[in-house]
Amino acid sequence: MQPDTGIIAAAMGLILSGNADLIEIVGLSLRVTLSAVILSCAIGLPLGAAVGAWRFPGRGVLAVLLNALMGLPPVVVGLAVYLMLSASGPFGPLRLLYTPTAMIIAQTILVTPIVAALTRQAIEDLQSEYGEQFASLGVGPVRRLSALLWDARVGLLTVALAGFGRAVAEVGAVMIVGGNINHVTRVMTTTIALETSKGNLQLALALGVVLLGLALVVNAAVMAVRGVSARAAHA
Amino acid sequence: MFRRSFAGLAAAALFALAAPAQAADDFIIVQSTTSTQNSGLFDDLLPKFQAKTGIEVRVVAVGTGQAIKNAANGDGDVLFVHAKPAEEKFVADGDGVVRYDVMYNDFVIVGPADDPAGVAGSSDVTAALTTIAQAQAPFASRGDDSGTHKAELRLWKAAGVDAPAASGDWYRETGSGMGATLNAGTAMGAYIMTDRATWIAFGNKGDYQIAVQGDERMFNQYGIILVNPETHPGVKAELGQAFVDWVVSPEGQDAIAAYKVDGQQLFFPNAGE
Amino acid sequence: MRDLSDPLRPVPGSQSPAAAPILETRGLGYDAGGRVLIDGLDLTIRPCRRTVVLGANGAGKSLALRLMHGLMRPARGEVLWQGKPLDRQARAAQAMVFQRPVMLRRSVRANLRFALVVHGFAGRERALREARALEQARLTDLAHRPARVLSGGEQQRLALARALATEPRILFLDEPTASLDPASTHAVETLIDAAHAAGITIVLVTHDLGQARRLGDDVIFLHAGQVAETGPAARVLTAPSSGPARAWIDGRLYFDPTP
Repeated sequence: MQPDTGIIAAAMGLILSGNADLIEIVGLSLRVTLSAVILSCAIGLPLGAAVGAWRFPGRGVLAVLLNALMGLPPVVVGLAVYLMLSASGPFGPLRLLYTPTAMIIAQTILVTPIVAALTRQAIEDLQSEYGEQFASLGVGPVRRLSALLWDARVGLLTVALAGFGRAVAEVGAVMIVGGNINHVTRVMTTTIALETSKGNLQLALALGVVLLGLALVVNAAVMAVRGVSARAAHA
Repeated sequence: MFRRSFAGLAAAALFALAAPAQAADDFIIVQSTTSTQNSGLFDDLLPKFQAKTGIEVRVVAVGTGQAIKNAANGDGDVLFVHAKPAEEKFVADGDGVVRYDVMYNDFVIVGPADDPAGVAGSSDVTAALTTIAQAQAPFASRGDDSGTHKAELRLWKAAGVDAPAASGDWYRETGSGMGATLNAGTAMGAYIMTDRATWIAFGNKGDYQIAVQGDERMFNQYGIILVNPETHPGVKAELGQAFVDWVVSPEGQDAIAAYKVDGQQLFFPNAGE
Repeated sequence: MRDLSDPLRPVPGSQSPAAAPILETRGLGYDAGGRVLIDGLDLTIRPCRRTVVLGANGAGKSLALRLMHGLMRPARGEVLWQGKPLDRQARAAQAMVFQRPVMLRRSVRANLRFALVVHGFAGRERALREARALEQARLTDLAHRPARVLSGGEQQRLALARALATEPRILFLDEPTASLDPASTHAVETLIDAAHAAGITIVLVTHDLGQARRLGDDVIFLHAGQVAETGPAARVLTAPSSGPARAWIDGRLYFDPTP
């Protein structure tokens, strides 16, 4: 095996071949990851902003908790979600185990603390700048949250990207709750793990290069959006 | 060419994003082992079954220990593994209906070409293991409570060697699946016990060869069990039973016998024997 | 609706210093870190007049302004708005401009719109006020630019226009021209003049004696968290009676003999 040029060539070959299985796997990876990131933002942005902008009892504890949860081990989350969704678990009747939905749930649990914790920091910084002006204008708590979120939007795109990075590269949790079932729950990372276990190291690495390329494309797209909105906001 | 593929990829991605989760209910989940999946057997077998019955089989491939636990939680319709005592206990506990023999393959011990313990060519597994232990040659074990791991421990016991006592020394437990253990073991020049099917299909052999084979104590029997619908009401008993019936039927057995990699037959059907 | 752009309009009340105060403080006190920063402050702000708050660094000028505006809660005493405690409604009739303008990360127009939306303006009325505020601050051509790329003077003009767009009864200014050049200072003072001419009460904290002379009707001179002297600007700025005020106006360094 030639580890350098061979792998890049194999990766390019994989992409250029338009292999139907690869397209399916990449598509599912994107669907699961982006769904999880969108859900995480829907929960994490307001949660992080509330902890960052509002003053309430237990706020400090919550901030520390969110920071700590950023380090949640994926396997533990996978196991916990498995126990919840298992036929003998509380949500067994929903029959979500070994479906993309289960993978989205697990990744959402992993990514939400990242989004919330990083959002809290960004909002807290902005709040210290805007606080007096908002108080002077008499801005209410809910409008304050939405205004801070909107004005922090440029930085928050990077927050969402951090969440995307964690989700797209994650294998432990989706392996357990998705089961890596061919054509159903097989995504990029579980395919890489499978090919590695088959000893097809070159194919595994080529898939890794494809995954990296995917992350690059998503990041480049978001950074382009970020550039435009940063010019509009000058932040 | 590149542009077209990329556009296709993007379109496929968007389609996948928009597509709702599959709603088809005509599928069963089979809890099985990495050896059956990694050898490619399922990729050959399942389309034949689906073509005949229209039932989609979704395979969750994990270690035998985990597969049995998952099935005992009711997270699967059929259990297809290789650890007979554990399978019989599964049935006795009321988690499974009946256990059927399906097929066997055998375990082999693979080692580096320079054969540091001098066991190459042996067909006496206990003698070979004793020699490896005396030479303190590295030995990589699954260490994950899988079917292969259990079989390996039985053989050490038969050889009268307390290998796990040397864990961390020459006996190295990877705590991972067969493939990961092969990758790690070949990298550290260790002997490794693996099922023959996984070994033949394994793509990262390096200079490794089969050192020990042919001992009937390395017989690796696979069994199939329908998860008990009485104790696990979510089980799709009818569809699962159809799969069990087909696997042990002459048609399924012939399909197993016909599956070859590099011209070698990997599994030997023995249902009903 | 008052027309802020018409300086010739007669200003009611500015000729009658005896009118009832629009805002008073009674025994106002504030501590931080165990230190008394302000104590026993009795201030009177008369309607439609320009009150200039003077004093050395740490005299408590900005703090007094924030307490009057309700941005901070006093430890002692109270703030009365037209004889009643400061409430939500009273606060909505107040506006403040800070030394460093706080610009939202949005366009010039969106900065104005935000303040108007918070004050409940919508539709045509809001659009009208936006356009008028832009024109008044001479920022119409820059309406779509991000506010934070404007120069310091333009930003302060925008901050003033934003504060005035909601038509407050009183405008607090905390050293609004401290970091501006003379031309920008003039532009800001022109806006303050126009606001005053439109009947808005002005309370201005400044370090600039010239600005105090140009803009002040009444003067409050603070020293070490207490009122050192108060009275009409014409008198306090020419013939101060207190030691601290005299020293400050003469441009001498003043040290409290009993710290």
